[in-house]
Amino acid sequence: MVRAEVEAAVGAVPDPELQVLSIGELGMLREVSVDDDGNAVVVVTPTYLGCPALELIKADIAAAARAAGAADVEVVVSMSPPWTTDWLSETARAKLADAGIAPPGRLSLPLLQPGCPRCAFPDTTELASSGAAACMALRLCPSCREPFEHLKAH
Amino acid sequence: MTALFDYLLGLGDDALVAAQRTAEWCARAPQLEEEVALANIALDQLGQARAFLTYAGELEGAGRDEDALAFLRDEHEFRNVQLVELPNGDFATTVAKTLLLSAYQNLLYTRLSRAAEPQLAGIAAKAAKESAFHVSYASVWTVRLGDGTPLSHRRMRDAVEEVWPYTHELFEPWAAPEAGLDPAALRGPWLEVVDRVLGEATLARPRDGWAATGGREGRHTEWFGPLLAEMQYVHRAHVGARW
Repeated sequence: MVRAEVEAAVGAVPDPELQVLSIGELGMLREVSVDDDGNAVVVVTPTYLGCPALELIKADIAAAARAAGAADVEVVVSMSPPWTTDWLSETARAKLADAGIAPPGRLSLPLLQPGCPRCAFPDTTELASSGAAACMALRLCPSCREPFEHLKAH
Repeated sequence: MTALFDYLLGLGDDALVAAQRTAEWCARAPQLEEEVALANIALDQLGQARAFLTYAGELEGAGRDEDALAFLRDEHEFRNVQLVELPNGDFATTVAKTLLLSAYQNLLYTRLSRAAEPQLAGIAAKAAKESAFHVSYASVWTVRLGDGTPLSHRRMRDAVEEVWPYTHELFEPWAAPEAGLDPAALRGPWLEVVDRVLGEATLARPRDGWAATGGREGRHTEWFGPLLAEMQYVHRAHVGARW
């Protein structure tokens, strides 16, 4: 009973860099287990090895699990299997686009250029290979003249 | 000590020292975009270092975590190649170092992602995709500077020639059996990548001559001590401090 509540609460924790998505929607959440004493173990896969938000995510997970009834929480970071943007669901991609962030292409189609998330103009140009976060590039739409962020496929 | 522990230290130290050196560009790069890009490359390297050193510490089983390995070892205990400790020099030197290192790391990590050891394979698979961005970044700049003005061409050429002797160490016979690879076999594919970029940049590949060596055994350049002093100072001055 507690396990389902903890899993739901932990899955709903928002990603600090991509506030529109939860860690559940990102596919970062690998496993949640709760023993008879209510001690929870949460296994997550980081989206980037050097992700500076990981410490914050771990703290948010622990807080969410405790609020959902877990007695103690251990957050385990697992590197295997490695996370990839291919794990983003269509819903998650749609939410990113709605927030003005061009979702990543599929790794099998690395040449796919992201279209403008505002006006859908297809032929956009890169302004900077790194944006506000390591996982983002900054691009410009020549049609609506607006810069936008693009979550890089990785 | 197991061969895998030593190997992980080498992988982790290459990334850690590259991160520390590259991060020196913070607030000093020619333009904001390059500052952000170099800081992000350094951050990727730092993330790789943390993963490899944490894994090494767990394997050792002596209670050393990533921080103990990064901040409490002395110069001769570091297993990184000398390439990553070289001073940043001008922007072209940094571009040359980034290109030659990341082309190697990308090939190495791609191979290691097929290693039988799942944790090693997992970290490598993640790191391979990150290093692909570093190769792409450094390639663009190598071509832009090499195939640019006479001045930028000369400085890019000098940078590649200056750094070249330090690349041989990357391919020395040094790998744990768990890695399942021969580092020397990576040099052919590495040269293919490097030649393609240098060719497009109208630069000639430097001739092989003197080759730096010793980093994997803990022998480092005169520039390494000051880098470590800066990196380790706060941790050692405030033992056990927490946020």
